[in-house]
Amino acid sequence: MAQTRASKEQGHSIKLYLVTWILLFVLSACSYLVDYFQLQSELRWSLILLLMFLKAGLIVAVFMHMAWEHLTLIYAVLLPPLVLFVFVGIMVHESGYTLATRQISFALGQ
Amino acid sequence: MDRITEDKNVHPGMQHGGWRGFVADWSSDRRAFRDVSWGKAMMWIFLLSDTFVFSCFLISYMTVRMSTVVPWPNPSEVFALTIGGTPLPLILIAIMTFVLISSSGTMAMAVNFAQRREGARSAYLMLATAALGATFVGMQAFEWSKLIHEGVRPWGNPWGAPQFGSTFFMITGFHGTHVSFGVIFMIIVARKVLRGDYERGRRGFFTSRRGNYESVEIIGLYWHFVDLVWVFIFAFFYLW
Repeated sequence: MAQTRASKEQGHSIKLYLVTWILLFVLSACSYLVDYFQLQSELRWSLILLLMFLKAGLIVAVFMHMAWEHLTLIYAVLLPPLVLFVFVGIMVHESGYTLATRQISFALGQ
Repeated sequence: MDRITEDKNVHPGMQHGGWRGFVADWSSDRRAFRDVSWGKAMMWIFLLSDTFVFSCFLISYMTVRMSTVVPWPNPSEVFALTIGGTPLPLILIAIMTFVLISSSGTMAMAVNFAQRREGARSAYLMLATAALGATFVGMQAFEWSKLIHEGVRPWGNPWGAPQFGSTFFMITGFHGTHVSFGVIFMIIVARKVLRGDYERGRRGFFTSRRGNYESVEIIGLYWHFVDLVWVFIFAFFYLW
């Protein structure tokens, strides 16, 4: 079993890693340009997130070989972080509350 | 014993990937991560836990940034450098990003050569990775001293919200520590490869187990994760 797996992985050529590397360079350059050209608000945020997820996906799938793993490992590793979105949601709510109380408090001069 | 051999023959689903393989892996009373050694599985689980650690930092950064009534310092200006008379926004961070991505590239190739059992090439690529990682830490040290010199402290800074300093030092400091430990372990594994430990099955000094080339793949997973975390820090802390 280990033998077949090893021989399967040896099938990857160096070219695959070089192509991924170049892609990551291009994507990073793009995210730098987002700041260089001072894009603002929705366009800026969506581009930042898009480029971030593309880069993260390439690193996890190709460099960390996740694309060639069994679904068992893929789901064990990639599903749990999804609960972080719930955490983000809770903290966005909390920040809104904190900001509101601060603004009220400062407006009343206390 | 009999049952195990029988199972293998009876359930062709176990030989498959996809959903059938997924169900078969989790439903039978045996190891779920087939084809994955314990070392690699444990590294993945460690990385999963580390994901939550870094997420907590980034989420707390989000919380303080969203709830402050004082304007957040503009990272584009804070991290700008003047090179040859022209101020370039965020240039040092961009270079650091390229350095870390390059180190991930050399690491991926080191793993590939380790799987082909080409020890020397793998070791030199790992040493190149370690050198790039050390360069990254060096640039980060430069960035830290520049900001400290300009008056950034965990409790305040000259430009705006005082939380900027505490989140900056916490997040980049924790990431830099990860890079530093990665460099140290990379050098240790590269030395083992160069000495031929994995060819001869020499026992390690700490666990007295016989190592194999999979160690390169495992340290590679850690290294790519450090690069992965930087992708998120770059997006949320420096660009946002």
